[in-house]
Amino acid sequence: MNNQYLDIFLEESKEHIQNLNDHLLELESNPRQDIIDEIFRSAHTLKGMAGTMGFNRISEITHEMESLFGDIRNGKIAVSPEIIDTLLESVDFLERLIEDITENGEEGDRDINIILEKLKQNPGASAQFKEPEKEDKKPEANQNFNEFEERLIREAMSKGLFVWEVLIKLEANCLLKSARAFLVFKTLESFGDIIKTKPIVQDIEDEKFDDEFTVYIISAHDKQELEKSLSSISELRSIQIKEVEQRSFEGATANSGESQKDTVACTVDEAMVKNTNHLKKTSKTLRVDIERLDKLMNLVSELIIIKTRLDGMDEKTDGQKRREAVEYLERITSNLHDAVMKVRMVPIENVFNRFPRVVRDLSRELSKNISLIIEGAETELDRTVIDEIGDPLIHLIRNSVDHGIEMPEERLKKGKAAQGTIKLKAYHDGNNVVIEISDDGRGIDLNKVLKTAIARRLIDKEQAKNLKESEIISFLFEPGFSTKEKVTDISGRGVGLDVVKTKIESLGGGIEIKTVPDKGTTFLIRLPLTLAIIQALMVMVGEEKYAIPLSAIKETVIVASRDIKRVQKNEVTCLRGKVIPILRLGELLDVKSNGNHTDDLTMVIVKKGERDIGLVVDSMIGQQEIVIKSLGNFLNNIKFIAGATILGDGKVALILDVNTMF
Amino acid sequence: MAEKIRQFVEFKLGEEEYGVDILQVKTIERMMPVTRVPKAPPFVEGVINLRGEIVPVIDLKKRFDLEPTQITDNTRIIIVTLDDITVGMIVDSATEVIQLPQEAIEPAPTITNGIDSNFLDGVGKLDGKLLILLNLAKVLKPQEITQLSRM
Repeated sequence: MNNQYLDIFLEESKEHIQNLNDHLLELESNPRQDIIDEIFRSAHTLKGMAGTMGFNRISEITHEMESLFGDIRNGKIAVSPEIIDTLLESVDFLERLIEDITENGEEGDRDINIILEKLKQNPGASAQFKEPEKEDKKPEANQNFNEFEERLIREAMSKGLFVWEVLIKLEANCLLKSARAFLVFKTLESFGDIIKTKPIVQDIEDEKFDDEFTVYIISAHDKQELEKSLSSISELRSIQIKEVEQRSFEGATANSGESQKDTVACTVDEAMVKNTNHLKKTSKTLRVDIERLDKLMNLVSELIIIKTRLDGMDEKTDGQKRREAVEYLERITSNLHDAVMKVRMVPIENVFNRFPRVVRDLSRELSKNISLIIEGAETELDRTVIDEIGDPLIHLIRNSVDHGIEMPEERLKKGKAAQGTIKLKAYHDGNNVVIEISDDGRGIDLNKVLKTAIARRLIDKEQAKNLKESEIISFLFEPGFSTKEKVTDISGRGVGLDVVKTKIESLGGGIEIKTVPDKGTTFLIRLPLTLAIIQALMVMVGEEKYAIPLSAIKETVIVASRDIKRVQKNEVTCLRGKVIPILRLGELLDVKSNGNHTDDLTMVIVKKGERDIGLVVDSMIGQQEIVIKSLGNFLNNIKFIAGATILGDGKVALILDVNTMF
Repeated sequence: MAEKIRQFVEFKLGEEEYGVDILQVKTIERMMPVTRVPKAPPFVEGVINLRGEIVPVIDLKKRFDLEPTQITDNTRIIIVTLDDITVGMIVDSATEVIQLPQEAIEPAPTITNGIDSNFLDGVGKLDGKLLILLNLAKVLKPQEITQLSRM
C-alpha cells in the first residue's frame, strides 16, 4: 500500500467521520434537507476514498449507510432516534476500522455483517443493538507469551527477579477506567518493567475492556510492596498478584528450546524493527495553515540575510552596525519563536467536537433533557495540551450530566426549564487558556461534602467549623473522596476528580470549582498556552545548576539549621505551624558537596496538591525563562529529572521533576 | 554485481581499534562540557548541548567495563543514531573512515580481551589490521538501560 496516500486517506476519513457525527446529531434535532445532503456527500466521499484504497469493508458499510440516507432523502423513512442510533453506531464502527488501519496499515478482520444487517433492515423497530466488537474481537487473548516475552521472563528469572501477574478489577461504576489503568501502570512502572498486558495496552487506553485487566511485570520487589502501593489507588475493587512460574510457559518453548538460542539475536532485532515500523505508522501529523508556513519561511530568509550581513562585517570598525544587526537578529528570533509556536497551535474544536455526541448519548441513557452550548471552539492551544486534555474534560462533562443536571420533573418542580444546559466555553486570558464547564443543575451540597470529609477523618469537627467554602470544595480533589459513600447523592462528584486534577497539573495548569445550590456548578480549568517554555527558578547544588519550575514553587525561605528536627529518619521543619518534610537536594542527586556548611539553609518550598516539601539548595541564582528539552529516548525515566534546558552560556542544566519527590 | 563494500568509522579505545558503521554515525565532535545526570546508569557521563539539541553521552570504555576514559586532546565524541535514539560515545580518538568488503568481515570470536562479545557485530580484517565492529543495537540496548537506571 502506498504510504503517502494512506496518510492522506486517514486524515481525510477522520474529518469525514467527524462530519458525519456532527451532522447526524444536527439531523436528529433538526431534520432539514440540506443536512441530509451534507451527510450523503460525506458518506459518499468516504465510500469512494475507501474503495480506491481497497478498504472494502469501509466502502460496504458506507454503501449501506448511503442507501439508508437515500431512503430518508426520498421521504421513505422518517428520522427517528433509533435510526440515528444505528447510524451513529455505524459511524463508530467505521471509526474503529480506521483506527485499525492507522495501527496496522490494514483493515483487520472485524465482523461487519451485524452492522450491515442492522443498516439493511431499516432499524426503527429493533431497539436493542448488539455490540458487534465484543463477539468478534479479542478471540480470547493468547495465554502464552510470545517468544520475545518468554525470553525476557527467562532472563529475569535467571537474574533472580520476580515475574508478577497482577490482576486488577475496577469498581463496576468506575468512570474514568483508562485513567485508573494509567495510574496502575504508572505505579507498577516504578517497580519494574511491564512486559505484557491483557488486553493489549491500546485497548486499555481506549477503555475497550470490561472491569478487569491483567499486567505482567518483571520486578525486584516482592508482592507486599506492589500490593501496598497499588492499594492507594482508589476505585480498585480487588488486586490479585500471582507469581508467574517458570514451568507455566516452559512447556511451550521446550520443543524450540535449544535451537532458539542461536536465533536470539535476530529475534530481538526483529522485535525492534517491528517496533519502529509501528512508530512510523502512528506518527502524528498536523495540518498547518499555509499562511503560517509562509510566514515562517519569510522569517528564515530574514535570518539568512542577517547572517550574511554579520559575516561581511569587520570586527573592529563596524561597532555601531554590529549592534544594530544584533538587535535585528533578536527581533527575528523572537518573531521566529512566535511563528513556530503558532504552527503548533490547534483549535480546541478538535477536542470539543466529540462532546455533543457524549452529551447526547448520556442524556438519552439517563432520560434527561440536556442541551450543550459550546463557545470559543476556535481558541487555540498547543498540540500536546490538546492531546491530553480530552479525557479530563469528558470526565467533567459526564459528571455534570450525571450528577449536576436534575431529572426534568425535578427541574420543573424547582421552577427551572425542563431542559438543562451545559455550557462549554474556552477563551484566552493573558498567557493562559481558560476552559469553563458550567451546568445549571443542583450544585454541590457543601454540607454533605463536609460530613463525608469528617466521616473520612480528613478533618475533625472542631476545625470543620472554621472552614471556608473553597477549603470544603478542595476535599473533592482528595484521592478516593466519596467513592465509598455510594448512598449519598454527592457520590460521583468526587470520583476521579483527583485524576482530573493530577492530569491538569501535569500539564502545568490548575482547576477551580464554583458552585451555587440549585443554580449550578462551574469547573474552571486554566492551562498554559504552551508547554515548551516555562518560568523557572535556577538554583545551585554544589557546583551544578538545576532549574525548578516556578509553577511548583510555593515560596523560598531561609531556615536556621537548629530549626531542623528529625522525625524517625526524616528531617522536617516547622513553617508557620505546618510541619514540612525536608529533602537535601545535594544528597538526593548525589552531588559532590563543596564542603562549606552554613548555619542557615536556603530552602525552596515546593507543592504538590496540598502537600509541601522543602528542598535544601546551596544558593539561588534567580528566575529565568527556560525552554524545555527532552533528554531523549535513551535517557527517559530518569528519576527526579523532567528534562533539560540550555543556558545562555551554552551549557546544559537539568530541570527537576518535583512531582516525583513526594 | 560488484561486491558489497561497507564503510566504517575507525576509532580507538586504549590500543584496540574499533569500527562503527558509517550509516549510523551522525557527526564526530571534540570533547565539550558534559552535564552530569544524577541517577543515570554509571556509564552515562551526562548530556551535552549539540547545537541546541540535548544529547546523552556515554563513556564507551565504562560501558565495556574497561578503565574510564582519560580526556586528552584526541578524545572525541562520536554521535550515533539508532532508530529514534541519538547518543554520543566518548572514545580515545577517531582516526579514519575505512572500507571493508563484506567478505572481510568475520563473526566475532566468543572470547575477546575483556569485552563482552555480545556487543560485537564481527571482526573486520584489512591489510593485517583487525577492526572490532560494534553492534550498536546491543551497546545501546534499551531494556538493559532502563533496568540499570532503576537499580
